[in-house]
Parts: sequence; C-alpha cells; structure tokens
Amino acid sequence: MDYATLLQILDSTLRLGTPLLLACLAGLFSERAGIFDIGLEGKMLMSAMASGAVAALSGSVWIGLGAGICASLILAGIHGLASITFRGNQLISGVALNFIASGITVLVAQALFGQGGRTPPLQGAARFNPIDLPFAEALSSVPVLGPFYAEVLSGHSILVYAALAAVPASWWLLYRTRFGLRLRAVGENPAAVDTAGVSVVGLRFAAVAITGVLCGIAGAYMATALQAGFGREMTAGRGYIALAALIFAKWRPWSALGATMLFGFFQALALRPDVVEGVVGRKVPVSLLDALPYILTVLVLAGFVGKAIPPRAGGQPYVKER
Amino acid sequence: MERLPKWADVALVPLISLLFAAVISALVILAIGKDPVEALNTMVTGALGSAYGWGYTLYYTTSFIFTGLAVTVAFHAGLFNIGGEGQAQLGGLGVALVCLAVPWPHWTVALLAASLGAAAFGAAWAAIPAYLQAKRGSHIVITTIMFNYIGAALIVYMLVDVLRPAGQMDPATANFPKETELPTLNHIPGLNLIFEKGVPANVTLFIALAAAVAVWALLWHTRLGYQIRAFGKSEPAARYAGINPFRIIMISMLISGALSGLMSINNVMGEAGRLVQNSSEGAGFIGIAVALMGRNHPIGVVLAAVLFGFLYQGGAELGLWTSIPIELRTVVQGLVILFTGALDQMVRMLLAWVFNFRAQPRAA
Amino acid sequence: MADQANTGRQETAAPTPAYAIELKGISKAFGPVQANKDINIAVPRGTIHGIIGENGAGKSTLMSILYGFYKADSGAILINGQLTPIPDSQSAIRAGIGMVFQHFKLVQNFTVLENVILGAEDGPMLNSSLAKARKVLAGLSRDYELDVDPDALIEDLSVGHQQRVEILKALYRQAEILILDEPTGVLTPDEADHLFRILKGLKDQGKTIILITHKLREIMEATDNVSVMRRGTMVGTVKTAESSPESLAELMVGRKVLLEVEKKPATPGAVVLQVENLKVRDEHGVERLKGISFDIRAGEILGIAGVAGNGQSELLAALGGMMRASGKVTLKGADLPLSGKGADGQSRRSAGIAHVPEDRHHYGLILDFTAWENVAFGYHNDPKYQKNALFMDNAALRADTEAKMATFDVRPPIPTLAAKSFSGGNQQKIVVAREIERNPDLLLIGQPTRGVDIGAIEFIHKEIVALRDQGKAILLVSVELDEIMSLSDRIAVMFDGRLMGMRNPETTNERELGLLMAGMSGES
Repeated sequence: MDYATLLQILDSTLRLGTPLLLACLAGLFSERAGIFDIGLEGKMLMSAMASGAVAALSGSVWIGLGAGICASLILAGIHGLASITFRGNQLISGVALNFIASGITVLVAQALFGQGGRTPPLQGAARFNPIDLPFAEALSSVPVLGPFYAEVLSGHSILVYAALAAVPASWWLLYRTRFGLRLRAVGENPAAVDTAGVSVVGLRFAAVAITGVLCGIAGAYMATALQAGFGREMTAGRGYIALAALIFAKWRPWSALGATMLFGFFQALALRPDVVEGVVGRKVPVSLLDALPYILTVLVLAGFVGKAIPPRAGGQPYVKER
Repeated sequence: MERLPKWADVALVPLISLLFAAVISALVILAIGKDPVEALNTMVTGALGSAYGWGYTLYYTTSFIFTGLAVTVAFHAGLFNIGGEGQAQLGGLGVALVCLAVPWPHWTVALLAASLGAAAFGAAWAAIPAYLQAKRGSHIVITTIMFNYIGAALIVYMLVDVLRPAGQMDPATANFPKETELPTLNHIPGLNLIFEKGVPANVTLFIALAAAVAVWALLWHTRLGYQIRAFGKSEPAARYAGINPFRIIMISMLISGALSGLMSINNVMGEAGRLVQNSSEGAGFIGIAVALMGRNHPIGVVLAAVLFGFLYQGGAELGLWTSIPIELRTVVQGLVILFTGALDQMVRMLLAWVFNFRAQPRAA
Repeated sequence: MADQANTGRQETAAPTPAYAIELKGISKAFGPVQANKDINIAVPRGTIHGIIGENGAGKSTLMSILYGFYKADSGAILINGQLTPIPDSQSAIRAGIGMVFQHFKLVQNFTVLENVILGAEDGPMLNSSLAKARKVLAGLSRDYELDVDPDALIEDLSVGHQQRVEILKALYRQAEILILDEPTGVLTPDEADHLFRILKGLKDQGKTIILITHKLREIMEATDNVSVMRRGTMVGTVKTAESSPESLAELMVGRKVLLEVEKKPATPGAVVLQVENLKVRDEHGVERLKGISFDIRAGEILGIAGVAGNGQSELLAALGGMMRASGKVTLKGADLPLSGKGADGQSRRSAGIAHVPEDRHHYGLILDFTAWENVAFGYHNDPKYQKNALFMDNAALRADTEAKMATFDVRPPIPTLAAKSFSGGNQQKIVVAREIERNPDLLLIGQPTRGVDIGAIEFIHKEIVALRDQGKAILLVSVELDEIMSLSDRIAVMFDGRLMGMRNPETTNERELGLLMAGMSGES
C-alpha cells in the first residue's frame, strides 16, 4: 500500500468516524449521568430522515440540521420520560425507540416524497459541502505532513470539524464546570446529588437532551454531508458501534475520539477490499470486512482490551431512600 | 409502589398498553394522510377474515411463539437476549445444512433432524455471548446485538461463497428435496376441511405449541427452572444457595438460542424450502415485543404471538391493498415494546388511579 | 411531652428563641403503616439531643421529614422559632440543617474536595470553588479535629474518615443544626469516641446536634436530652442526666426487657469445625481474612464480635461456600474444599452446614418468590421436594412450608404469599426455620436479629440455644455486643481480618471486648 492510498483510507476514516464520534459523545453524556442509551441508532436515523427531508424541502441545510436535532430530541425526551420519570427499563426503552424510528422514518419519507422511503437527492445549499482548510493548497507540497493536511484533514464538511471540536469541549464541560461535576456525580451516586439539594431528574434530563442534540448532529451529518439524502436504515448499526466505542473508550472524551476513529478506520477498510487483499496477500470476503467492527467490538467487550468500569449508577432508576 | 389487583396487572396492563400503541399508530396513519379505519378493516379482513388469511396469520404466529419463548426463558434468568434474530438466522443455516446433507426418506425424519440442526445452530450462536457474559462480564445486550450483525455477515458469506449452487445468481441455497417438505395445514386431514387453499402455516405450529407447554413446565415445575428464576431475581442470593451462575447463564441462553433457532423450521423448511438472506425477517426482534406483551409467561406469549401474527399478516395486506408502507408494523412493534416494557409504570399508575388506589411510597 | 416543650419555652423568653428545632404534631403514614403519629419535640439550641428507639420506631422517617425527603401528612416544623416548611433538601440546607446519613451519600471516585463542594459550588466554573473550599476545609479541620486529606479519593478513605467528610459537607454549607443517623454503627469504639469529641466541639461553638441511635450507651455518654420513640409515637423526652439505661430501655420497648437469654451451661463435645489459617481475598484482590484459626465443638456457640466490615462477612461467605478462600477447614474431620469444585453452597449444605446469612434481603430470600418457593431455596435439590426425576413436587413443598410456618409461628401463615409481603421478623423466621429444620451439624448465623422485632428476637434466640442443646455447633456473627454476650459460650473478636483472641463471656466485659474490637490486643 502506498502513501497516497493510505491517505485516501485515512480520509475515509475521518469521514466515517465522524458520525461514530458524535454518537459516542452523545452516549457519553447520557451514560455518565447514569442513563443507558441503546437508542443512539434510532435518534440518528430519525435525525437523518428529518434533516434530509427538511433540507430537501427548504433548500437550506442549516434548517435541515435544526429539524434533525429537534427530531432526535423528541426521541430523547421519550427515553427520558420512560427511564427517568417513570423509572422504566432503559434498555427496553432504547430498543423500542430504535424500532419506532426504523419504521416511522420510512413512513414519513414515503408520505412526503413517495420515493420508496428515501428523500430526494440533496444539492448545493441543501447539503453540507466540503470546505478547504487554510493553506491546504500551499502546504500540500511539504513532504509527508503536507499531503496529510491537504488530503486527510482538509476538505471535509463543517460538521466534521464541529465533531472534532466537540471532544475538547466535552472534556472541559465534564471536568471543569459545575454542571460537569454534578453530571458525573449523578451517574455515580444520585443520592449524593439529591441530598446536596440538586435535582437528579433535572440533571439527567439535561444529559439526555445533550445526547439528543449530538445524535441529531450525527444523523444530519449522515444524510446531508456523508450522503446526499436519507435512505431507509441508512445508519446501519452505527449507533451500536458508537456504543461499543464508548465502552472501549471507558466513558472518556479523548479516548472516545481514538476509539471511534479506529472503528472508522475499519469501516474505511471495508470499502477497499482491494487494498486489504494487497496487504493481507489473499482475497478476503467482503462480509468479513463488514463484520470486522462488530467482531472487534465483541473482543473489546470481552475485556481482551483492558477493563471497562461503567458509571456505578448506570441503568438504575433513582428511587429516594434513606 | 402502587398496588393493583393481580388480574388487572396481568391482563389489563398489556391490554391498555396495546390500546395506547393502537391509538398512536392511528394518529401516525392520520398524520401521513391515510385513513386508520380503512387500514384496520384491511388488516382484519386480510388476516382474520378468511381461513386463507388465518393460514398466514398462524404461520407468523408460529415463528413468534418460538422467538417470544426464547426471550422469555432468557428474561427469567435476568438476561435480555436481543440476539434472537441472529440465532434464528443461524438456525436457518442449520436447517439448510441438514436438509441438503443426505436424501431423507420421509418428512418426519427430516423434521426431527432439521429441528436438532436448527436448535443446535441457534444455541451455538447464543453460546458465545453467554460465555462472555458468564466468564468475562461482557454485557449480553451489546454482545447479542453485535452477534446479530456478525451472523448476518456470516450468512451472506455462506450463501454467496459456499452454499450457492453453481450457475445460480441469487445468494441462496439450492431448493431442498421434496421429501423434506412439511405438511401445511391444508394437507392435514381434518384441518384441510377448514383450510381449502394452500397456506404457509404448517405442522411446525404444533411444535411451537408443544414448546410453549415445555417452557412452562421447565420454568415452574423443574429444579432447573427454579434455579433459572432464582438466579434471574437475585444473583447474590443464587450464589448463597449454591446455584452456579455460569451454569445457569449458559443453560438458559442455550435454551433461548435453541428456541430462536427452532423458528427456522417454520420459515426455512416449512415455507421457503431453501435458505435465503435475512430469512427470519425480523421475527427475532418481534420476540421481544411478544415476550413483553405476554408478561413472560408461555400462555401470554402464545396469545401475543397470535396478535403479532395478525399484525404481520395485516401489515402485509396493507402494503398490498393500500399505500400505507409495510413499515407500519415496525412502528406498532416498537410502540408495544415501549409501553409494555419501558412505560409499564406509567400504564400501571394510570390504572391505579382509575382503580382509585392512591399512589403511595412504601414504608421503609 | 408537648406540655414539657411549652413550659420550657415560657421559662426562657429570651430575644433569640431557645429552640433550634420544634416539631409540632408531625404525622406521616405509608399506606396502612403509620410511621409517625403526632410527634412533638423541642430541641434547645446548643445541645446534643438524642433520639432513641428500636428499629422501625419511626426515627429515620422523622428525620427524613426534617430533611425534606418526605412530606409530613400534617404538623409543623419551626426552626429558630420561625415556621419553616421543608418541601425538599434544598430548603433544609437553606434552613441550616445538615444531615449525616447512616449510608453515606458520597461519590466514591471523587475527591474529598469535590464531594464537599458538590451542590454548594460558588459559580459555574469549578476552579474558584475548589480553591475556596480548600481554605475553608483547612479551617474546619483545625477547629474541630476534622482532618482529612482534601485530595484523597473517597474510595481510599476509611469509614471513619468518610463520615468526617459528611460532617464537613454539612459544615461547609454552614449548617447550624446537624443530624446524625446511627453514626456509630460502622465505627470502632475508638472512632466513635473521636466522633463524640467532634460533636462536643461543635456543641461548644453553639451548634445543635441531633443524634439518632438505638444504642443506649451512646445516649448516656453524649447527649444532654433524650427523646424516646416507640412504634411511631414519641413516648417521652427526659434530661439524660436524670435518666438511666434501664428506664430508657423500658420506655423504648414498653415493658421490661429480658436481655439475658436463659440457657444451661454448655456441654461441649467433639470438635465439629476446625479452621486453620483461613485467608480470603475479595474481588479487588484485597485480603479480607488474614489467616484465622479456631474451632467449634458440638453443643457450643462461638460468638464472633467486631465492628462491621472487619472480615466477619467474609468468614461466613467462605465457610458457606460463597467466596473462595485458602487455608484448611475440616468439618467432623473431613476436609472442606475452599476453592474450585465442591466450594459452593450446595456442597456445603450436603456436608451438613446450614447458613442464615447476614443480609436476608440480598442473600437469604428471593423477595419476589412466594414463601414456599423460599423454603426450597438452597434445598431445591432435596429428594423430598421432587415428584420424580423430572419435576419438583410443589404441593409437598407447600405442605412443608405450612408445617414450618406453624412451628415457627410465622404470620400470616400463608405459603403462597410473596416473601416481600412479610415483616422483617417473619421473613427472618422463614429463613431460620428453613436452615434450623435441616438439623445441621454446623449452623452459620449472621446478624440473626437485625431488623427484627423484640418478640421475634426472643424466639430466634431460643431456637439457637435449643439447637446448641441438641449438640450442634453454632458460629454466631453479630455486631450487637449484647447478643454476643448473652448467647455465646465462647467469644472471639474480629479486627482487620484477624481474630483478637478468645474470651469467656463469664469473665470478660464490654470494655475489654470494645478494646479488642478497636484492634488493641488485651492479651495477657
């Protein structure tokens, strides 16, 4: 494999890793606050449909993004209602919302556009288009790093850079602010937060809302930047991969960046079986490459790559007791 | 916690949940500009209005009984098995390998062997997540989800690169020999008086019902079932009682996976007569809804499976006769899971309010 | 009671009200259970006020109302003479009330500093809050002997230090009234003494302290006044100096308490259980039992005293087959496997060991199961509960349960009722019935009377002694010294995973045992 091919694959890695990163950070806020969310997939899908549809109708990708975030927030709200207000089973709620999203996106897209559950192809201002970073052209002649800057880092949509910026922002919010302290506390020991006179319900809903917003951006990225429009089941299990990346990252923002980019790299490889064949030396079934992120995730979950300790109060509804 | 009479908790909670799901579905149909009454009419006529419709409804019911029981058994062990879909698909692979392996003399022998193959493959696909949960503490919900994807990829590989007969274009196995064909209801003496036209529902239905009885006996009348339920309620207490967690996790997941796998004698052997991609068509996931709706009891599971059989056949009719997309089924399925599994407290509180039982926290 | 409060008020008609807290006519019901019934209490400012009562007397409910956890059905709360409604914890904090719960409300993987500022931060950014808290904490620890490392993680601190963090949290919020709920349950006598010194220091600074406990000794040592609660009502408030432990105990229970258990002198037979160099590590690799050795003879009760968390639970778990261990244990001369095959609850039961676990809710019972299902718990493989090779005989099990319920006077005697529907005492009777009726060679019994009413305590104590008199060996673990003293034929004290020597209950006393519990070897 030559350097140019590697750069191409790394470029795809960043492109494919971005929705994973956004969804992973989304899950991070929720789970750090003690709410399991396997409904990341559904929220992304919902947002992808809403943003694709509204961008197509309005011609503005920004309005589409807003619609995507709102759609994702609605699902987040239901999840909050089920798992915080009514203390239901968080896993089941997530599963249910994934099904609802899976069906309703097709229903709505079909009703709106009648194109077999897809939205019309997006063009121009209805899409997030690539932007070139400053000096990309000029620096590309610098050996090794120049092409890396120009080919891999430059030339992505604004949402990719937003996702990357979300990593330090999340870190700062979690570890340097009052809100972050309380949010982490509520996922570890909600009783400590409650007896300190801070609302457990309020904090958890805030966390779930952040999850909704980030999943909304992730879904909008899928439909308006990575692809040009919504197609049925277009998230294709990314919500689950993000969840696995979150465990891999041990619920930490910077590690989340590493984990999602690794999984993005595997997805990028699956797109280039020829390269894999060149490196491995024999033909590799495409289905194996497709399955690779999931297999790797299982290995991660099996604890062959370090031990992951989830937030102590994760998955348990808070009931006041003395 | 608010208290409800037992009968209300057992019967009314799922019914009210269903009602909620139906009302919201109706609103969704209205929202996309269609007529819910017409939709319901189409569904009822298509699924229940004729013996022919029932033949399809019961075909789906058969699959859902298996997957619902699979989720139920795991649930009683405190395990949430979302991997029914992958286990069912692998079960299909087992059926195909058995049916194509040797020339079978008679369908009864083939059925027995295929059942073993389906159960074994389904169980095997559940065994790895079970082992990882028991030995390494990997969350079984996530691993079973991953195994659904891995299973799907494996089936694609097997169909494209291994089992596809030379010269065939579509990724599928060869057709199974005639001798392995299972009698459908219209071929069974007595029942053929009711089912005059050819229907897909077949003898597997009776195996499914037998499985429901067996699961009931297992859970409430055997030592193993006792240990499964005790472990599911409290793992520390189970350890105190000398119940081996590893053994219970493995056995209950093997049973669960085997039940999921068994559904494929219904669709792969009984209906399609060959293995195609995505043979289980989401039945593994519907098992979750069926188990929740059926309150994790075999009787409830059978009833809920009939309901979802109706929903699936009715939904197919919708796709055929109206412009409402077939995906409506998935929405209803999601809503039922949401109300019975996650918002059950809300439903209960509502009912308690109706019953005029004041919601009061329990004295500590 | 109410009269007393009123007269007290008239006597000190000072400009500042004399009472830090007055509760008037507080009532609270949970469903059919009346947890608090018309409670009146007045706590003079700058005093330590004890509230004493048995488990379930309603002390904790009352304090939860005061801290805004529960809303009273009726009644009024006055703070410094002002009517102060307390709908939530925030209001309680604002009214100057700080609470140290029995189970600490700390975030385990946060530092002391982070725990202290949680909910009391100065602004949206953490840095300034942390800096300020560091300064305040330094002052507080100087003034009140409350020294803890502000940067230590809670999970690395001892229980006593964690409690200090809880007190610091309250003081950082400028609490004037401090409520402590059973604060010494997890402390050594030495740590408890330190705590009482801290409380005296706080009192001298004018703070008001409410001490909730069921231990008479603490009340006598530390408080100025004491209120006694019984079954949800306040039965009296007295000056501590004018009362005696006996009179308080009588108030608590409503009749003379028989703390002594009637039993004949033991006639120990052959050694039943021999333990040599038993070691246990927990799942984090921490050594919880550091090589202990002892034996128990037939017809003998060996009592293990000690502050909770010094390895007693691990001892029961290892002997009961719930935890891996190393060393050598023999039962009637036969080796008991301590790890691997044969080191599980089933093998222990067939070897003749019965086990009443310390925590019946977590271990001894499946609360959602019916009583009859619980009677089979652990003995589900017993041939007499099987119909044939395949099926269990549920009917026989129900009949057996009915018989056990009659013998042990379990109320209500309904085998099909879920275990969670029984009271604590009746739940414990179900467990004890199940284990004792096995006629075991060795009975392991932990905290036999925790959360059990007086009547059931006497019953269970009698059953234990009766089993001993049948020539069985009994290992009794309890944090209640009284229980250990009155039941045991020999007493061993456990401290930090080790046994601190054997004592004879006839010749030892609470003082000596207390020293041993604190790790001070009184070996002579």
